Amino acid sequence: MNEFPILSLMTFLPLVGAALLLLLRGEGEAVQFRAKMLALLMSGLTFILSVVMLLNFDPTEADFQFVEKRIWFENIGISYHMGVDGISLFFVVLSAFLTPICILASWKSVSKRIREYLISFLMLETFMIGTFCALDAILFYLFFEGVLIPMFIIIGVWGGPRRVYSAFKFFLYTLLGSVLMLVALLAMIVQTGTADIPTLMGADFSPHMQLWLWLAFFSSFAVKMPMWPVHTWLPDAHVEAPTAGSVILAGVLLKMGGYGFLRFSLPMLPDATAYFAPMVFGLSVVAIIYTSLVALVQQDMKKMIAYSSVAHMGFVTLGIFTLNIQGVQGAVFQMISHGVISAALFLAIGVVYDRLHTRDINRYGNLSKNMPIYATVFVILMLGSVGLPGTSGFVGEFLALLGAYKVDTVTATFAATGVVFGAAYMLLLTRKLVFGPKVNDDAAAMSDMTVVEKAYFLPLILLVLWLGVAPSYVLDRTAPAIESLLVQYHAKLATEVEPNIANVPEHSQEHVQMNEQDQMPLQDHAQKHGMGE
Amino acid sequence: MIYYMAVFAPLIAFLLAGLLGKKLGDAFSQVVTCAGVILAAMISVKLFFSVVLGMSPVTLPVMDWISSGDFEAAWVLRLDQLAVIMMCVVNIVSACVHVYSVGYMHHDEAKSRFMAYLSLFTFAMLMLVTSDNLLQLFFGWEGVGLASYLLIGFWYHKHSANAASVKAFLVNRVGDLGLTLGIMTAFVIFGSIQFDDIFGAAASKSTEMFTFFGYQFHALTVLCLLLFVGAVGKSAQLGLHTWLPDAMEGPTPVSALIHAATMVTAGVFLVARFSPVFEYAPDALMVVCLFGAVTAFVAATIGMTQFDIKRVIAYSTMSQLGYMFFALGVSAYSAAMFHLVTHAFFKALLFLGAGSVIHAMSNEQDMRKMGGIWKLIPFTYVVMWIGSLALAGIPFFAGYYSKDLILESAWASHSSVAHFAYWMGIAAAIMTAFYSWRLLIMTFHGKPRADHHVMDHVHESPPVMTIPLAVLAVGALFSGALLYGGFAGVPTEVALVPVEGSPLIDKAAFFGKSIFVMPQNDSVAHAHHVEAWVKNLPTAMGVIGIFLAWLAYSKIPAIPAFFVRVFRPLHTLFFNKWFFDEIYDALIVKPTVALGKGLWIGGDKALIDGLGPDGFAALSRRIGQIFSKFQSGYVYQYAFVMMIGLLALVSWIAYVTGILNFN
Repeated sequence: MNEFPILSLMTFLPLVGAALLLLLRGEGEAVQFRAKMLALLMSGLTFILSVVMLLNFDPTEADFQFVEKRIWFENIGISYHMGVDGISLFFVVLSAFLTPICILASWKSVSKRIREYLISFLMLETFMIGTFCALDAILFYLFFEGVLIPMFIIIGVWGGPRRVYSAFKFFLYTLLGSVLMLVALLAMIVQTGTADIPTLMGADFSPHMQLWLWLAFFSSFAVKMPMWPVHTWLPDAHVEAPTAGSVILAGVLLKMGGYGFLRFSLPMLPDATAYFAPMVFGLSVVAIIYTSLVALVQQDMKKMIAYSSVAHMGFVTLGIFTLNIQGVQGAVFQMISHGVISAALFLAIGVVYDRLHTRDINRYGNLSKNMPIYATVFVILMLGSVGLPGTSGFVGEFLALLGAYKVDTVTATFAATGVVFGAAYMLLLTRKLVFGPKVNDDAAAMSDMTVVEKAYFLPLILLVLWLGVAPSYVLDRTAPAIESLLVQYHAKLATEVEPNIANVPEHSQEHVQMNEQDQMPLQDHAQKHGMGE
Repeated sequence: MIYYMAVFAPLIAFLLAGLLGKKLGDAFSQVVTCAGVILAAMISVKLFFSVVLGMSPVTLPVMDWISSGDFEAAWVLRLDQLAVIMMCVVNIVSACVHVYSVGYMHHDEAKSRFMAYLSLFTFAMLMLVTSDNLLQLFFGWEGVGLASYLLIGFWYHKHSANAASVKAFLVNRVGDLGLTLGIMTAFVIFGSIQFDDIFGAAASKSTEMFTFFGYQFHALTVLCLLLFVGAVGKSAQLGLHTWLPDAMEGPTPVSALIHAATMVTAGVFLVARFSPVFEYAPDALMVVCLFGAVTAFVAATIGMTQFDIKRVIAYSTMSQLGYMFFALGVSAYSAAMFHLVTHAFFKALLFLGAGSVIHAMSNEQDMRKMGGIWKLIPFTYVVMWIGSLALAGIPFFAGYYSKDLILESAWASHSSVAHFAYWMGIAAAIMTAFYSWRLLIMTFHGKPRADHHVMDHVHESPPVMTIPLAVLAVGALFSGALLYGGFAGVPTEVALVPVEGSPLIDKAAFFGKSIFVMPQNDSVAHAHHVEAWVKNLPTAMGVIGIFLAWLAYSKIPAIPAFFVRVFRPLHTLFFNKWFFDEIYDALIVKPTVALGKGLWIGGDKALIDGLGPDGFAALSRRIGQIFSKFQSGYVYQYAFVMMIGLLALVSWIAYVTGILNFN
């Protein structure tokens, strides 16, 4: 695999496309069409490459595959290191899958500065794929933060009336967290002398230093997820973003936080992870119940789905910090599933928004009559969102809950009530959107899905059902990497304290005491590297 | 293997009708769905002979589903005795309803959609009953809920239908929450959700404790109660029953199939399926018994006061489900299953008969606007009589055998809860007979109360509707007598059995290993030895109930009004369905919405954004404003600020370097 740099090709092909678009001059229909075709071609090629990668992925291997490594800055241990394992594999595919769909979805609905719009999306794709492939901490950081720029522009330029407020809110929230993450990364590099992620996974940081590093990473990932209470940027960003922007935001960007936890926090900072797990449990449960209730009273369809995303991400954080196989596999699956379902839901809202130009739920209704295919699609997506067995939404949610239940029945029970609230707001939305009596003549006059719309909804719907009925394709491929992650995690913990896998809260209490004993030498050590505070 | 088709034929029919129905027309959908389900029904009957009477259960693998670490759940068809009995009931009733619907939905625009949904439901129900692990059962459980949601809201332009469908889904979700927790508890206790693993280990886990919410509980009791919460939701037992009457918003064939014969009995099936675990959780059984008994009684009281013909039958269904549950609660699993089977026939018959009446009366459902039509629709009238006789437990009709067996088992079980259930059952029996004949008399007899437009159009239904009614009527007439031997455990000769070497069949052989009862709990076996008055009382109550109804609604019509006046508070309570809806609305629905609004406006907007980004932005703006005031353009002000700044700087340096020492 080393010969063919498929990951680099996938990462930078969209960027080449963006460069070509820059060269494209002139205005008018023909140029716009050519620009769109070019963008579609480049992102389509990237998607084909991702499928090639998926087919060549060895499902039994836990280690990184398709690895590329070039020395970059030798003296400080930074290299250009790329590779995917079972955890990142499907996020790469998801990014490559959603970008062409976004371009198709914008085909008619965006006409202002289309060239720049497409450039932004292709740049975004490069950064997204890069984030999931990067195996060097600095490289990861560049991609991870790079995502912000095109997204900021997409919301700020092609967004709704309050786009500037939302764009800045999004930018500042995420940047603030990321700055702390950069400090943490630098501290880790200074201590170990390398930025290589696989090497860092094997490194041992003192428990005390871990706490600070963990919090720094957490401040970035928690905002990205987003976790309660740093979630308020998301509804605003979604509401103002153009449809395709929301699709990428919900479909891929929210997963970067969860991916970060799995790539950095768990393997590199196991003691701190165990220590903070109960806190994450608490925040997750609050997120699930709180945002579900808030979603229930929204009149803006996009806001409703945005809040539901926060609730669904609550299951992800819950699953990750169960630190058992069902929980983590459930979390990863939930991220993939939510990537498909929420993306499709935002697209579905885009379909009616393009026709009626309002997101007010009360202006719709009775769409089953004039848009039967749309209604069918929407109902299937709704079922996926409420986690009906047989759809992809169920598998992740159930496994995450199961993992949590093994650790803590109280948390899992409260989290499970989110399933009821989740059904409540989604049914309400469905009822007001596609069912119910006729409300408006203009809503009743809307035409059903066009051929293009059907074309991009079909694979989404098939994925929702296929992943629900036969999730083993994904579960089998994610299992080796997650199992080895957890084995290493527990092994690292076990070297310092007694292994107590089943019960995280108790375990972390033991750990606090241990920390205090080790306080003195640790602090010296940390202060030497500027991390004493 | 052909046996797969007993489950998957309806799925194929659903896909064909759903995807191609628009293109190929309604007739195509009707033919393909009816054919699919009839095929499944025929294979089920074949399975009945080979699996139940031939005593050879089989398990058919389908494919992998979810596996993660030591958690495993696969798609499997477990065709044992219990499953096959359910399959027969589901497929036969479903086939009747499919055919009936071709006639009933004749005037509807969306025939394809309707038929497709019916087949989808049938498939989901079959997946539920043939499951061999808890997760596939949950798939079927939610699948039937989905079909129910879609069919209740089938006339989606009606506001009430929408509200009812959402309510059904949500109330069921509350029950499903219990079931989900039950599945997870089973996994924690047994390390598996496979039925065989759970049932095999139940005895050894009977003394284990389980920590739930920080308290230690008897593990199997917790498991059983959580599963039972699911059953309460799906089977509309008291507390989570409020969706069922509203579900009558769906077309009548739906009420017959889903909300009477099959889906609502899924809870009964679940408890019967888990008999090997419930047997070791006596406290859970007691709860099941209490819920069943109270539900049977309360539902019957409401049924006596309703005027909507479908709602009366709906409350009757709820009441009969209560009978099944208290039978389960006294370990009379086979009696509960028996009543499930006979009830499926006579209740589907009553619903479809009511549908035929509604069809004839130009979609009128209020019994106050009916009457005097028995001569105009004699066939419907006869089948309604058969259904009502079976429901009231009049000798030799199907319900007589099963209901009596339940009541006798309850009496034979000799615990105070079981005796309470017996008396509740007796009270419900008289009310059952009363509201059944109230319904018959109000609907068919007396002077016509409909206007002449309606009366002119009253007509008997076409054969496509009457033939399914006839099939169900045969079931309501003979299923009790035919199956009594198997379910009641009396070795009797079953004339229909072609299997050689087993002319006799008793309960143990009939259910094989699919139902487990501890010998000391076997109330069905003891039921045959109860006193004569215990055996005869239910029948007597049925006859008295019929007589009272005749007296009140035919002989002396002033009686109902008199009773309403005399027992005003009681009637108000019954007529308003014990105010469950109002109480839930005030205690749960409204506070939830208010909480959501509060969290949004108070939490997100005011608190988080107010202190967070917006507050920060406002703060920096204010600071900016303050500083902008300094930009006044007057040189002396600038000079003054510079002076102050310089002074501060010097003081600070002096302080830090120690030149300025306050000590």
